[in-house]
Amino acid sequence: MKIQRAKFNASARLLPKCPTGIQGLDEITGGGVPRGRPTLVCGGAGCGKTLLATEFLVRGAMQFDEPGVFMAFEETESELTANVASLGFDLADLVRRKKIMLDYVHIERSEIQESGEYDLEGLFVRLNHAIETIGAKRVVLDTLEALFGGLHNEAILRNELRRLFRWLKDKGMTAVITAERGREQLTRRGLEEYVSDCVILLDHRVNDQIATRHLRVVKYRGALHGTNEFPFLIGNDGISVLPITSLALNHVVSNERIATGIPRLDKMLGGRGFFRGSSILLTGTAGTGKTSVAANFAQAAGRRGERVLFFSFEESPNQIIRNMQSIGLKLDPLIKRGLLRFHSARPSLYGLEMHLATMFKEIAAFKPHVVVIDPITSLIESGSGSEGKGMVTRLIDYLKAGHITSLFTSLTQGDHALQQSEGGMSSLMDAWLLLQDFEGNGERNRVLYVLKARGMKHSNQIREFLISDHGIDVVDAYIGASGVLTGSARAAQGALEKAATLASQQDAAQLKREVARKRIALERQISDLRADYESEALELRRIAEQVGTRSIVLGTERAASGILRQADANAAASVPPRSKLLRKA
Amino acid sequence: MKIKTSKRRTVTPVHPPGPLWQLRLYVAGQTPKSMMALQNLKTFCKTHLKGHYRIRVIDLLVQPQLAKGDQILAIPTVVRLLPKPVRSIIGNLSDTASVLVGLDLRAAN
Repeated sequence: MKIQRAKFNASARLLPKCPTGIQGLDEITGGGVPRGRPTLVCGGAGCGKTLLATEFLVRGAMQFDEPGVFMAFEETESELTANVASLGFDLADLVRRKKIMLDYVHIERSEIQESGEYDLEGLFVRLNHAIETIGAKRVVLDTLEALFGGLHNEAILRNELRRLFRWLKDKGMTAVITAERGREQLTRRGLEEYVSDCVILLDHRVNDQIATRHLRVVKYRGALHGTNEFPFLIGNDGISVLPITSLALNHVVSNERIATGIPRLDKMLGGRGFFRGSSILLTGTAGTGKTSVAANFAQAAGRRGERVLFFSFEESPNQIIRNMQSIGLKLDPLIKRGLLRFHSARPSLYGLEMHLATMFKEIAAFKPHVVVIDPITSLIESGSGSEGKGMVTRLIDYLKAGHITSLFTSLTQGDHALQQSEGGMSSLMDAWLLLQDFEGNGERNRVLYVLKARGMKHSNQIREFLISDHGIDVVDAYIGASGVLTGSARAAQGALEKAATLASQQDAAQLKREVARKRIALERQISDLRADYESEALELRRIAEQVGTRSIVLGTERAASGILRQADANAAASVPPRSKLLRKA
Repeated sequence: MKIKTSKRRTVTPVHPPGPLWQLRLYVAGQTPKSMMALQNLKTFCKTHLKGHYRIRVIDLLVQPQLAKGDQILAIPTVVRLLPKPVRSIIGNLSDTASVLVGLDLRAAN
């Protein structure tokens, strides 16, 4: 609250604004309606004009300490009090506490006779009296046009209306004036001529049998404002306008990862599962196990002690609980511990906006860590195309702002262009798991793969997953020449591979034996060769020794004969070279 | 029923009423319009009601809280409290014919 006020004060330098306190409206108008000036709210019957005006006063009195005067031309005080009681506004109490002053102006043409000139000073006196009694800052005139029905002299009336708006401005009243929508102009009586600071248009359209209310700020003098048409709804705590485009992309992100409840799937997602606060899309055709995977995820979160809110648009809670029991998921204990809550509604129960508002409300009340929406497609189908995407955007933004991990299941029709059909939605999602049926070998088998997972390493493989009595199990799928093999084909392939392995094992053993044998042969050869070599070397040594001894013997013999012939010493010295020459020859 | 009575009144345009007429004139300050209305009302009553009337002038600038009770919007307004039903005429009463209609003394046209 304080922050909000501070924000309004900051923008007050530009053009003072008066917060209406109505959810979303202040966001669109950048702080509220122009302070001290009249604002025109126009729309057809049943658009919620009176309600918007009443809420403006009630919120003013309760939240901003600005008392207000409600001048009603169409409903009596008691009618008004009764009408807004259903929204939780206790008008009677506020009147007692002098926070709000109700003044019903009864005007009936048949009861009034005009004779000569007059003015509407009586109205001014009444309004002034009411304003002064409670020190009002806000004024509502609902619906001023009733005056046109009650008085003949339009010239006087228009003159007086001009004076009235001038007077309201001079008094510094932030006023909301309601008016009927005209055919060619904004209001039936051209009131926009007098109230030109801010004009808000309300509209109630029926599209495909579902009615949606819209609000548009047609004009806001001197201020930036959202110019789009915004859906709004009347819930049991007043009006809430749901701006789509005013949401900025500035969510806080987390690096924390949360497990999916399927260990192998976690492994596929970089080993640790999804990021907390991310949005996950789970698409698949009928019977691929979307709800089972979603329930598994919910159970895993619940077992970690996190709160899970499960929105189911096709099955009743009891049906889901029973069905999940059959695959070994026990959701009952989690419900009893208050960790899991179901919210089931038929998509056609009410319009998309109402669904969204209900979901927001549930989320705000339960404050879950994980939200499962099963399936999002049937919800989107209840609105028109662009509406659906807008809704998903808002929902994701809302969840991300609250740091809530969301899992959306989506049913795809037929078995072609799976990706295409989700084109609009998938770009909003952080992670996308695809569940698929594989038909072949007279059976249908389920596979899953991670189509995208922002910000994490993930497996690109197609895995088969089995739903058994004890939950979901992901197994490797065989990819053979004829495509992905699943089910019995995968089992057959497994057997085949086993046989092949055995055969190759045998081959290897044989080869090993052969090699061993060869090595023995080789070693034998080597030892033979070595024996040959050694005997030859021995021979060589023997011969060399023989040669040595022979030459020594020869030398000594020669020296002995030289002595005998009395030769000089020199001659004796030259003997060895001669013997060398001899050997060479 | 209503048509019958009004027919009779058309026959006798100046119909002296049985009970006392109670009239209230609402004004906001002494504006020329209001003064003229009071003047016109007095003249009218003298002519048509011959003493069977009582006029009370209420100044809303003095007693603004009274405006709500008689559902006053326009100024000046004359309210006929009695005889019932309550009727009201707005304006300075310069058009006597419409005052006659307004006070149920003569049917419209």
